Amino acid sequence: MRPILPRGLFQAKEKNITPRERVLMARSPQRPNFKFYSENLFEGFFEVHGDRQYGDDSAISCGIALFEGIPVTVAGHVKGRDLEENVAVRFGMPNPEGYRKFRRAALQAEKFHRPLITFIDTPGAYPGKEAEARGQGEAIANCLYTLSNLKTPVIAIVTGEGGSGGALALGVADRIIMLENAVYSILSPEGFATILWKDAKRSDEACEVMKLTAHDLYEFGITDEIIPEPDGGAENDPQMIIAALREVIAEELRVLMEKDTDTLIDERYEKFRKIGRI
Amino acid sequence: MDNNQNMAKESEIFESRKMKLNLLKAFRDATARKPKIEGVECPACGAKTDDAELQNSMYICEHCGHYFPMPADKRLQSIYDDGEHELLFADIEAKNPIGFPGYKVKLGELKAKTGLDDACVCAKGKIGGHRAVAVVFDTRFLMGSMGTAVGEKVTRAAEYAAEAKLPLIVFASSGGARMQEGIFSLMQMAKTSAAVKRHSDNGGLFISVLSHPTTGGVTASFASLGDIILAEPKALIGFAGPRVIEQTIGEKLPDGFQLSEFQLEHGFADAVIERKQLRETLAQLLKLHRKGGARR
Ligand SMILES: [Zn+2]
Repeated sequence: MRPILPRGLFQAKEKNITPRERVLMARSPQRPNFKFYSENLFEGFFEVHGDRQYGDDSAISCGIALFEGIPVTVAGHVKGRDLEENVAVRFGMPNPEGYRKFRRAALQAEKFHRPLITFIDTPGAYPGKEAEARGQGEAIANCLYTLSNLKTPVIAIVTGEGGSGGALALGVADRIIMLENAVYSILSPEGFATILWKDAKRSDEACEVMKLTAHDLYEFGITDEIIPEPDGGAENDPQMIIAALREVIAEELRVLMEKDTDTLIDERYEKFRKIGRI
Repeated sequence: MDNNQNMAKESEIFESRKMKLNLLKAFRDATARKPKIEGVECPACGAKTDDAELQNSMYICEHCGHYFPMPADKRLQSIYDDGEHELLFADIEAKNPIGFPGYKVKLGELKAKTGLDDACVCAKGKIGGHRAVAVVFDTRFLMGSMGTAVGEKVTRAAEYAAEAKLPLIVFASSGGARMQEGIFSLMQMAKTSAAVKRHSDNGGLFISVLSHPTTGGVTASFASLGDIILAEPKALIGFAGPRVIEQTIGEKLPDGFQLSEFQLEHGFADAVIERKQLRETLAQLLKLHRKGGARR
């Protein structure tokens, strides 16, 4: 059974925005980013750094904070507001260290019985030479592996771009929430068009056939809830998004924190097990 | 003189007819022999080998040692004792979960052409006398890509192995997640990783064998999660493909980048094993993982 939809969804559905337009809105540099959420949804965000193996990665931020008085672990992809900020965080494309830091933070959340709340917003993992040499694939795989039975509630919120395995690494959760104009897909539309049609210029066409909007994913039973956005996108009223997220997270945490660990883990397994069950 | 001239003329006609006949015969022979000449050209050295020879050589070029992709059924025969095995979950076929244009037709064509149901095959049998469940990828089917059918088969194999307390061996060769099934393919990464985690938490042994190529969403999920990771020589193994990396960093990658030997050196594989040694190595590993004497 799917959880109830937040208010306003059905009005949102009538807005008649094309998938391509949503992709552009999801990528807008003015859109609320991880820094904004960590400062406005939580109190006393203490950021942790490093994977204890190689280094720290600025494209994923992890920390501990209070949510409505409850200690939680918070993690998310980091995007900047301008070119300079974005260059510093590789436009939100993490290196393996970022995923290993996230895994470390997740295991600490489990140890201290803190719920884990993640914010997904990335074009994908960074396709760099060093990233490959340090095991990008293994780093992502190990996040999926670890989160699949992390013994604490996990809520994932796709706030902007949810691109590829680099997004999914933060997305193995009990609840998957998407902002109305967020997108979540197997690959960027440009990458998709390149692989299937050998032509990145056909990305507009890709947006239409990929089924990557919040409403598509809700129909598929993958996304549990959709947070309505104001006209023109989340940046036009960020506090409205904060208020809606606060309400949804509080309600979901209340439900999830009551479950015993075995039920929580079994239900999370089943949540992904049923996707494409044949 | 007249007689001689006539004889010369006759002989000329005779010769020209003979030549025409010979040409015709040669032409017929050439067209008749065409299917026999057909074989596989080695991309490394250009030598031609016919199918029977390739099968005998385990799909390794006898001239230069190049590894051809191995069809799943041949891999199963080569791995299990006397080639004997029982297929599992053979009825699983992909639907068209995102309604991708032309996908159903494409699947139908590939099924007819390859005789496969999708890009991987599951089986059980014995290796060196030890029972084991195997999943074998086949690159002839959409580059061995993982959509819902592959995700479901890997998951079922892991669940079956956990239930039956059997080791799981996956022979991966895959271009990654399958584009035509969109977000459903991406989610198979989470599903398969969760399934091998459950198998592992149940004390099960998982051996991941990586063949050329193993990339994208398959590398970033179950294929990297083996207790033991083996790789065939010179297989391309990585998350991002070499072309994407080169475009990103704006330089050529060095020779050997992301190949098996590179992964061994960087700590992401336990051993590089020749194809002809794989069966023996797997048998040895299964033997080493029999229930030990240590206290639980
Ligand atoms: Zn050759």
